[in-house]
Amino acid sequence: MGRARWIGASLVAVALTAGACGSSDDSGTVKGGGQTATTTAPSFAAGSTMATLQAKGKITVGVKFDQPGFGQRNPTTNDIEGFDVEMAKLIGAAIFGGKAADVGSKVSFVESVSANREPYLQNGTVDMVIATYTINDTRKQIVDFAGPYFIAHQDIMVKASDTTIKSVTDLNGKKVCSVTGSTSATNVKAKAPQVDLTLFDTYSKCAEALGDGRVVAVTTDAPILGGLVSTSNGAYKLVKAPFTDEPYGIGVKKGDTAFRTFVNDTLEKAYANGDWASAFARTLGKIGLDTPTPPPVDRYTTTPTTAAATTTTTK
Amino acid sequence: MTAPFIAESLGPRGKRRVAVVSAVAGAAIAALVVVAFLRLLHKGQFSDRLVAPLRLWAVQRFVLLGLLETVKAAIVAMALAMALGTLLALGRLSRNVLTRWLAGIYVDLFRAMPLILLILFCSLGLPKLGIHLQPFGGVVLALTAYNGAVLGEIFRAGILSLERGQSEAASALGFSYWQSMRLVIVPQAARRMIPAIVSQLVTLLKDTSLGSVIGFDELLRRAENTGTYYGNSLQVLTEAAVIYIVINFTLSRLARRLEVRQRRRYKAGPIVVPGGGMDLAVMGAQGTASAI
Amino acid sequence: MHVVLDNLPAFLRATRVTAQLTVISFLLAMLIGTLVAGFRVSPVLPLRWLGTVYVELVRNTPLLVLISLFVFGFTKIGIRYSYYASAIIVLSTYTGTFVAETVRAGINTVAPGQAEAARSLGLTFSQLLFAVVLPQAFRSVVAPLGSVFIALIKNSALASTIAVMDLSFLGTQLTNSTGRPVAVFMGSAFFYLLLALPSGWAIGWFERRVAVKR
Repeated sequence: MGRARWIGASLVAVALTAGACGSSDDSGTVKGGGQTATTTAPSFAAGSTMATLQAKGKITVGVKFDQPGFGQRNPTTNDIEGFDVEMAKLIGAAIFGGKAADVGSKVSFVESVSANREPYLQNGTVDMVIATYTINDTRKQIVDFAGPYFIAHQDIMVKASDTTIKSVTDLNGKKVCSVTGSTSATNVKAKAPQVDLTLFDTYSKCAEALGDGRVVAVTTDAPILGGLVSTSNGAYKLVKAPFTDEPYGIGVKKGDTAFRTFVNDTLEKAYANGDWASAFARTLGKIGLDTPTPPPVDRYTTTPTTAAATTTTTK
Repeated sequence: MTAPFIAESLGPRGKRRVAVVSAVAGAAIAALVVVAFLRLLHKGQFSDRLVAPLRLWAVQRFVLLGLLETVKAAIVAMALAMALGTLLALGRLSRNVLTRWLAGIYVDLFRAMPLILLILFCSLGLPKLGIHLQPFGGVVLALTAYNGAVLGEIFRAGILSLERGQSEAASALGFSYWQSMRLVIVPQAARRMIPAIVSQLVTLLKDTSLGSVIGFDELLRRAENTGTYYGNSLQVLTEAAVIYIVINFTLSRLARRLEVRQRRRYKAGPIVVPGGGMDLAVMGAQGTASAI
Repeated sequence: MHVVLDNLPAFLRATRVTAQLTVISFLLAMLIGTLVAGFRVSPVLPLRWLGTVYVELVRNTPLLVLISLFVFGFTKIGIRYSYYASAIIVLSTYTGTFVAETVRAGINTVAPGQAEAARSLGLTFSQLLFAVVLPQAFRSVVAPLGSVFIALIKNSALASTIAVMDLSFLGTQLTNSTGRPVAVFMGSAFFYLLLALPSGWAIGWFERRVAVKR
């Protein structure tokens, strides 16, 4: 082992780091914006995402695989089940024709964990993300959102025997679990600054942590927690002290306005003809949620792509 | 396994002491096993609700299809890594200074990288550079980049382990550098390296499990999904561990068999020959040759 | 952009976490590994079995499976530590098998005459092991143990999957909050090299000093 080569290796490492810091190829701009189809909606103009997907005969959707009620994989069937999955099928049906129940073979699901939703959209691993994905301004700089198709409120889950935690401020100084890269983590930190956060990549791991007492509470959106409560055999309960509004959107590639509009149209149709409500009843309804009025979709105009979000360290 | 050499030839007093210690240790271990079993029983971990799902054929199928992905990724990555390793080894033994340096820097950089970082990079970073891969491709690429570097070192050491006389004889016969490499050096070195290569395969197979962090649908990911669904993480993760152990134990045994056979054939090895030192095959088979 | 420089304090903190994890786990792994190597060459059959079973089971299981099993499985039977402690326990248990195998190989390099001579002086097995064999064994396996140490630096990255805020955890988190994976990963890689390369030199230097020259 020549020491010279070790030094050479270190120099390369330094150079790479320096290069990566200074280069602009890593800025937040998103490629492909220029190809945005100017046509709107269901005629499927050539070159539009809908036409491309239709020709390919397949749409890939990022969903959760371990979130009861929204997207959970059933090991006996290998099917993903939940409200997000039903939304994906509705959109699949609008692209390929036919009924939502019959497009199963054309809609393929990829597991999306909170930390990789944006990259998967940007890099085309998935065509859209429907994964309890809160619309917010930071994310809008990197991806675009159709919807919202559901409004959730962040809440707290504790052990059934817990009587000390009644609201978000009670979380100060407590060990609380949430997920890396989620709005929940940011929100709770804002409302309870002294909270001691434990961050995992999935909520199911948070539920395990609550079960074994390594954290005293899990915080995220109420329906997600509801799903976890329903599968806990009475071990956990919801505090029912909601402290935010979380509009869930359908993430699409930044700048693909035509596709976003199409998804919004599809959602509105599903609101009108009852497909949305029946999807809700079949999934989240099963874990005890009442079917709400669907939220109006937000057809915002795209802000010009800025050079990515401000740098933040740990949230 | 018979008693190791340093414990051989005990006197009568020594034998008595060993018997006593054996009895005590044996009893302690047995007690430990019983306590563990009772603990599991007491906590209801053998209950039907937790164990029954694992007996369902559908669930078994689900888990085994994950194993199939694991094995596929391991085989593809191993084949690619061996090709890359060969290039790197030849590069490091090249007479061209630049080639030697480039190959050397690659090997040093990538061997020092945590594999999980490479996997995350392939999944989250490469797309920024315009390279889009499915989880399978990302995992295979990361495994190849890392294991190529490790195998490159193994190959190089294997080639260097041949006596100088071999290449000298080859050039005396008028072989060119590449001819002697191809006809004399590599075939002999390759045989010596087989145990180390097999044990690196074990490492690689274990490392495919890191793909689960980027949603690669392999054995561990499916075991975790099952555990979440039925609330039986302990049972299903134990099952996954057993599957890994059976496969890797078999491969490790194979590596050791090859190694022993080899040592007998070449009469070279660290165990009895003074001055033998640690040879590469041994380190490889024990997984300590830089890669764990 | 200067994602790495802007977050330099966070990177330094995370580097310290990685270094701590590695060093503490390595010391424990050395203890476990030496003990188990002793078991595996001892005349006591049950201890030899125990050593073999431990090494074969743990070594052949992927580290990530061990971590998940310990953190999400063993809690079901009341075995529960903080995530940081869990990471150290699993890393040292896993690394212990490699230390054990390396030390055992080192023991095998000690000439049989040494053991015979010690025996004829009336030393018991443990005296023989600790006073005569191990000191020589360690000197012949400095380099392989160094490899184990460097592998541990890399393996410690898996602690990030159980909420330990090390370099890899920071990498994922910054990627997420800044949307600049390339720079962030280069940064993490740089800090791993900062730990691994000097370790490599130190091991080389140490080996030249103490290694048995045969």
